[in-house]
Amino acid sequence: MTATITPSTSASPEGEQELREITYAESVRETLGDLLEADPRVFVMGEDIGVYGGAFGVTTGLFERFGPERIRDTPISEIAIIGAGIGAAITGLRPIVELQFSDFSACAMDQIVNQAAKIHFMLGGAAEVPLVIRAPAGSGTGAAAQHSQSLEAWFAHVPGLKVVMPATAADVKGLLHAAVEDPNPVVFLEHKLLYREKGQVPRHHHVPLGKAAVRRRGQHATIVATSIMVGKSLAAAEQLADEGIEVTVVDPRTIKPLDTETILSEVGATGRALLVQEAVLTGGFMAEGAARIAESDTFHRLQAPIVRLCGLDVPMAYAPELEKASVPQIPDIVAAARQLVKGA
Amino acid sequence: MRVIAKDPDLARHALETMWAARRFEEAVDELFARGLMHGTMHLSIGQEASATGTCLALRPDDMITSTHRGHSHCVAKGADLVRMMAELLARDTGYCRGRGGSMHIADVATGNLGANGIVGGGIPIAVGAALAQKMTNSGRVVVSFFGDGAANEGAFHEAANMAAVWHLPVVFVCENNHYGMSMAADQAFAIENISARGSAYGFPGVTVDGNNLQEVYEMVSVAVDRARAGRGPTLVENVTYRWKGHSKSDKNLYRTREEIAAWQERDPIARFEAEVREAGTLTAAEIDDARSTATQKVRNAIRTANAAPKAPADRNLLLDAVYAEVPA
Repeated sequence: MTATITPSTSASPEGEQELREITYAESVRETLGDLLEADPRVFVMGEDIGVYGGAFGVTTGLFERFGPERIRDTPISEIAIIGAGIGAAITGLRPIVELQFSDFSACAMDQIVNQAAKIHFMLGGAAEVPLVIRAPAGSGTGAAAQHSQSLEAWFAHVPGLKVVMPATAADVKGLLHAAVEDPNPVVFLEHKLLYREKGQVPRHHHVPLGKAAVRRRGQHATIVATSIMVGKSLAAAEQLADEGIEVTVVDPRTIKPLDTETILSEVGATGRALLVQEAVLTGGFMAEGAARIAESDTFHRLQAPIVRLCGLDVPMAYAPELEKASVPQIPDIVAAARQLVKGA
Repeated sequence: MRVIAKDPDLARHALETMWAARRFEEAVDELFARGLMHGTMHLSIGQEASATGTCLALRPDDMITSTHRGHSHCVAKGADLVRMMAELLARDTGYCRGRGGSMHIADVATGNLGANGIVGGGIPIAVGAALAQKMTNSGRVVVSFFGDGAANEGAFHEAANMAAVWHLPVVFVCENNHYGMSMAADQAFAIENISARGSAYGFPGVTVDGNNLQEVYEMVSVAVDRARAGRGPTLVENVTYRWKGHSKSDKNLYRTREEIAAWQERDPIARFEAEVREAGTLTAAEIDDARSTATQKVRNAIRTANAAPKAPADRNLLLDAVYAEVPA
């Protein structure tokens, strides 16, 4: 069997471009620089993003290029950061605000959920909120329970927000462009363990929100995975191939809007679905994924029950062994896929 | 500084504005009591001088953010009474097309960035709007209205500090009407004047008789000039009183009839009418005419709104309204 790999750049309308190998963090930085160059309405605001360069170094060098007005260091005030972003957005600017850790969204939830998400609807369409909220998410840095969560399901549950989870350096670029062009509030969740991951990235790239990528195709099972779990699933797929198990890997890229069509057709093609996320199991986004499959005609094509492989229902622990044990690892994905295909 | 009660045009405008707000809310109260209006609403009857005096200090292109008790802010900023009433009567012609109701009326065209159902929720948004004005050198000022209750929300403190450190063109107008729902301000604050909180963030704070139109206008004007000159925010505390309950469920168990009656004696509109009469700026007939003009406008708003189509209960339209369309 020959796996068909759909490169993440396939959706690019820019045609053939030379690819460069840069990291996910470099891709964020380069894209922010391009957006700031291209549109005077764009500015970046957040904690320690200026001279410091951001807690993860993502904005390094932008302060020197664009100055303190457009690379705007804020007091430690998440409510005011999001609220000020909303106010600037509804009055004509294109703010990109950074929450230093996605966990801190909890401090600003009123502004995100009750304000940003609802203003366009509540006002009968009289205002738009073109606000991008960038936030590093996920575990793996030993930062424990308040700095390691994957909270995408919170945001996906709120009508009015869009939720983006780039898994590759190229998608960071393409999706960040789309997020800033979007007239709606977009929560852009970057996985902090991916920041150093390298990828082939074109200089200019655009990926529309709501289009999944099929990263690999196989006939035995379909893995749907988000964020860092995409790479882990692809690594698992290599190992599974050595055993003669060929899997499809679908990366939704944005969970809201969700490309349900691609998920259903890819799951239908293999008849087996393994849904993988780092976030905790209960109420997680893959519950929504499972429901969409179960309530569609694809259900009749299933040869086995849908399987979810998710984080344990626990706060993230500090010790590295405990942290790893709390979220799916490559061997877990291999084992789950094997069991799904071959049975107990 | 202009003396409103001595300027015929301004006095007439102020009177009509305050009466329009008063009559609008009286009508809403009655429609609700008769079962002809749905939902809930928060009336600002008794607080009209705060909204009107503040907005008189603004240019037409300046902006405001408002609160759940925001009808008088909308009227004072120049909103269309027909579209306001249509919204409360759940019509498709309302400001929010029936999707927002009383707590979400906005009129971006007249600089009203929106009422807000969350106590303190609009304050950081006002700061962001002020940031945009500063970054684009628009020369516009933003007023953020909020109540005494909001001054104890974290949103106020974060927003006040951010506005201060960035010297943003925003004026914080705290309408201290003595109660956050039932919580008395003297139990919710260990300070005598909420305006003292300005100094905590490094900007001036002033306590004003919020039922005195001229005083509100003067103090907010000073604050607006300061903001427009790039010298940063001011906190203006307009001390006032709401005659009606917090919302429709309020049985007034936390305050006395005597207290309400005493504040009704300090009616901001009656007070201003007396000033105008004493100054001889408008005749008694002209004052009566300002009142009846406002009454007619509200009647017309009810009639027009009632004749308008209801917001259509179409599920696809609702779903389409959630997100702004992405340009092609």
